[in-house]
Amino acid sequence: MLEQIGDLLLLIIGSALVSNVVLSQFLGLCPFLGVSKKVETAAGMGTAVIFVITLASGVAGVIYRFILMPLGIEYLQTIVFILVIAALVQFVEMFLKKFMKGLYEALGVYLPLITTNCAVLGVALTNVQKEYGVFTGMVNGFATALGFTVSIIILAGIREKMAYNDIPESFRGMPIVLVTAGLMAIAFCGFSGLL
Amino acid sequence: MRNTNGIGERLINGIVRENPTFVLTLGMCPTLAVTTSAMNGFGMGLTTMAVLALSNMIISALRNIIPDKVRIPAFIVIIASFVTVMQLLLQGFLPDLYDSLGIYIPLIVVNCIILGRAEAYASKNPVILSLFDGIGMGLGFSLALTCIGAVREILGAGEIFGFRVMPASYVPFSIFIMAPGAFFVLAALTAIQNRVRRSGEKKGKDMSRIQSGCADCAECSQAGCGHRFYGADKEPADEKKKEEGK
Repeated sequence: MLEQIGDLLLLIIGSALVSNVVLSQFLGLCPFLGVSKKVETAAGMGTAVIFVITLASGVAGVIYRFILMPLGIEYLQTIVFILVIAALVQFVEMFLKKFMKGLYEALGVYLPLITTNCAVLGVALTNVQKEYGVFTGMVNGFATALGFTVSIIILAGIREKMAYNDIPESFRGMPIVLVTAGLMAIAFCGFSGLL
Repeated sequence: MRNTNGIGERLINGIVRENPTFVLTLGMCPTLAVTTSAMNGFGMGLTTMAVLALSNMIISALRNIIPDKVRIPAFIVIIASFVTVMQLLLQGFLPDLYDSLGIYIPLIVVNCIILGRAEAYASKNPVILSLFDGIGMGLGFSLALTCIGAVREILGAGEIFGFRVMPASYVPFSIFIMAPGAFFVLAALTAIQNRVRRSGEKKGKDMSRIQSGCADCAECSQAGCGHRFYGADKEPADEKKKEEGK
């Protein structure tokens, strides 16, 4: 039992920090670069991503294990996962709108944007590739999304400070953000000693 | 002026005028992730090209049959099917490439270049032209990925396509074949783009087609590369939201 908890903890650290989803796997770059101007919106986006990825990796895991595997049609995973994720996000949006107004107002704007986030599909596929069970897959999804949230909030914090700096003309806008992300990626490389 | 609908024009358009990476800056996730070497970039480029050309062709052939309202899901299913086919082919015949590209092969599905071309070109134009539009765009993408991969491989390992090109005394910056290097290379690329656009604007040319793709589109508060394509479907819902808000 203790050993299992230790394994899960290692998995969480590995997915959230060591192989960070944006900074070392380049998944979900678009929201990472696009919604990181203010810490507040970055945090909102991060929360929505945690919510969706955890849920989506659970649902995708269940579908893979109990529908695709018994039928022997694992090769359809890509098609099935992308449709399931798109439908799930729509469904979550409707559900929140109807029953949880507060949460909907906080996350609502970000939800439709996540459908196309490659991180969601990426996590679902990684779970299958690494043969995680449904629960482990959800933990992995949660940790990955946590890593995304941490890095997007850090980037937003840096960008808020950077707005007042004098940046060379050609590097204004996207290039300087990418340089920042690169430096963050170097910092995150340091975590690889943790495991 | 040349015939704007010619096959040759489609190829040139994809490779030079609207190069997906250098001009439109679309599909950045795979661009950064797989360009650790020239060979990986080339392999990813060709795989994407095959998916792009085939899905463009089928989507164009079905363009009058698919109802407008469900076109995006239909496009995605078609694209995902071809991605699965390519994945199985690579797994069977090029297992080395399959292993080094890994999870980025199935993720071609969410590459915004493919859905972008389906929506912007293939759903409105005849089959042969759409096929060549896909091939042109795919070649442009392959070329860009190979170039970026080559730069990273030369700087990071002193090699190109696995052959040593730098003198033995050269100490490689191995950071360039690691994750941070990808961000730095892309930063340099977008900085050059900025520069070209600005000097073009000074001369009074129309440079609006050079754009920062994903990032720009995300910045207009509509995050996610796909939004400008998926967005069409969502508009009615958004309007409803606004009305309720009032």
